[in-house]
Amino acid sequence: MSAAPTVAPPRPAGLNWRDTVDEAIRTLRANRLTAVGFLLVVFAVLLALLVLGVPFVSGLLGHPTTIVPYNPNGLSDDRLQGPSWWPWLTDPGRWLTSAPNFSHLLGTDELGQDVFSRVLVALPLDLWIGIVITGLAVIIGGGLGLVAGFWDAPGTVGRWVSAIILRVTDVFLAFPTLVLAFALAAILGRNLNATIAALTITWWPYYVRLIRGEVLAIKHQGYIPAARIAGASELRILARHVLRNLLEPLTVYATLDVGTVIVTFSTISYFGISLPETTPEWGSMVFQYQSFLPTYLYLVLAPGLAIFVTVLGFSLLGDGMRDVLDPRTRRAYARVKRELPAPMVMPEGSVPDPSSRR
Amino acid sequence: MGRSPIDLAYFIAVRLLELIPVLLGVILLTFFFTHIVVPDPCLAWNPRAKPDVIAACRQFFGFNQPLYIQFEKYIIQLLRGNWGVDQNAVPVFPVIAAALPETVELVLASLLLMIIFGILLGVIAARYAGRWPDHLVRVFYLSGWALPTYLAAILLAIVVAPLVGLPTGGDFSVNPPPFPQPTHMSVLDALLAGNLPFTLDAIEHLILPATALAFLNLGIITRMTRSSMLEVLPMDFVKSARMKGLHESTVVYRHVLRNSLITTTTVLGFTSSGLLSGTIVVEEVFRWPGIGLYSYNAVIEYNFAGTIGIVIVFAIAVVVANLLADIVYGLIDPRVDWR
Repeated sequence: MSAAPTVAPPRPAGLNWRDTVDEAIRTLRANRLTAVGFLLVVFAVLLALLVLGVPFVSGLLGHPTTIVPYNPNGLSDDRLQGPSWWPWLTDPGRWLTSAPNFSHLLGTDELGQDVFSRVLVALPLDLWIGIVITGLAVIIGGGLGLVAGFWDAPGTVGRWVSAIILRVTDVFLAFPTLVLAFALAAILGRNLNATIAALTITWWPYYVRLIRGEVLAIKHQGYIPAARIAGASELRILARHVLRNLLEPLTVYATLDVGTVIVTFSTISYFGISLPETTPEWGSMVFQYQSFLPTYLYLVLAPGLAIFVTVLGFSLLGDGMRDVLDPRTRRAYARVKRELPAPMVMPEGSVPDPSSRR
Repeated sequence: MGRSPIDLAYFIAVRLLELIPVLLGVILLTFFFTHIVVPDPCLAWNPRAKPDVIAACRQFFGFNQPLYIQFEKYIIQLLRGNWGVDQNAVPVFPVIAAALPETVELVLASLLLMIIFGILLGVIAARYAGRWPDHLVRVFYLSGWALPTYLAAILLAIVVAPLVGLPTGGDFSVNPPPFPQPTHMSVLDALLAGNLPFTLDAIEHLILPATALAFLNLGIITRMTRSSMLEVLPMDFVKSARMKGLHESTVVYRHVLRNSLITTTTVLGFTSSGLLSGTIVVEEVFRWPGIGLYSYNAVIEYNFAGTIGIVIVFAIAVVVANLLADIVYGLIDPRVDWR
């Protein structure tokens, strides 16, 4: 006779890494498209790390090498007349342009530059911009939103500070994103730091709104007064109860936002006001190659699809996460997939959809 | 409950009053930022001009005065209705006033497309939630989001336009058209003139830019329709409508969709900022003579009065669009209390 099965005591609810991983897997399984987005993002990040990391590590080892096949700014006419990848794309043979072939995977442009290499070296730059701007906006805007949401009891100094923060935010929100980004980028100058500054100034106000709305919603949950009665200090409540509950909506919004930042950055560089012309960047490449449309469609499609696929990865991932977290759509998923993720708080109203920013 | 027209008027008045500090902040910020970072626009306008020409230019535009005096003068002129002049001493207000309706026309046309296709796709996605039509719709609207505006616009203008035979430049094939343009909205002007060929021509010119603009912002409406329909679908009145023996499409369109459109209207306000930003790119590619094209040129050419004017117009537009969305929402939803 076997012993009665021992029932493991339920694990205390809380955030530990195993729950987080479980939750993430559940989110990815709830919708296959979300998993596709996740894979696209992982692929893009790994590829960017290889582009940057291989020259660095191999340089340390004394044998500098790179995974970028050609010098992205190398003006050469050493194009090899291999068989084209796509027979229906005839080699125009004017300038130094060549159709995609086995030595130049995406062909060469009018200066004989390898398009594949140019698209590849732009990947770390665009990802970096997307992640850095979103990160800075989360830190600046999120921090201000936290202050404006948490310390706004009437009759305190915090109330005044909150009011000032919100008024300034309103002023910045009244500028359409692109006008502000254009003006700042045009005035601050054509270099990487100026572009990062311009986009960060454009981006932070949305996070003030998002985080403030979230904090106000969290403050009305019963566990905040409970923690206060239990003697927790304000800072402890902020760190343990408020910040942790902000993580989920913030992750969703920021994931979607990385894609939006990349598109906006490529837009200002398409208009030629972000970086020096020689820097390979997807947006400026589209501008450079668009005069060869419609004959040399692949020249525009190469950088264009690079942006499209990268941003699509982030939006599929973010959109899928948002869908699983949204209490209104979660039920439908549970009906279809028979998987009900744990209840969570989702932002309601007051914050514009990240896709409405462009 | 405060739902009388007086309450509504009060609500609108308060919201418009709140616009004043925002506008002041926007003007202050733009003015000082542009004038501090580019202290001498005369030099930026004519880099190779002789010193005496530069001095005359400074004298003419008043750039040799302290900044706060320049600002004071600017504000006083602005309150009198004078929005200043651009680098060629052309007053900016008439130019902006003529360009704005063109953009409004473009935005309205793309809103129409967004509402029709967004709601349709949202309904499809909600009815087949979690199955392949839903996935297809999701990929479609996220594509609109992931595709940069300029890329969608140039592909439409250079690759698609010749295939379908639609024009891609400006608002009329013959410019200026042989009739007065009192409203500066191409279709409306042609209709007012009773000129049918030009009306059709104007509509043809509108299709591609409006499509480019609509495609980018389609996702918001689709998403909202889908998620709010998913919220309504399991409700009891839907079940009872089905049990009454109503046809499924009647249930979906008459009962479910109507109840979920309330939330969809609120996001229309949010799209205003995105649509306005989109017009800058779309108008530049399609040479649409609207405010987006003007604002890009104003920024690039250090046209400060023009830049501030654009920013004022955009700020008012964003606030008014959100206000309109709130009003429509309040009119549909009887629970909204205007006070």
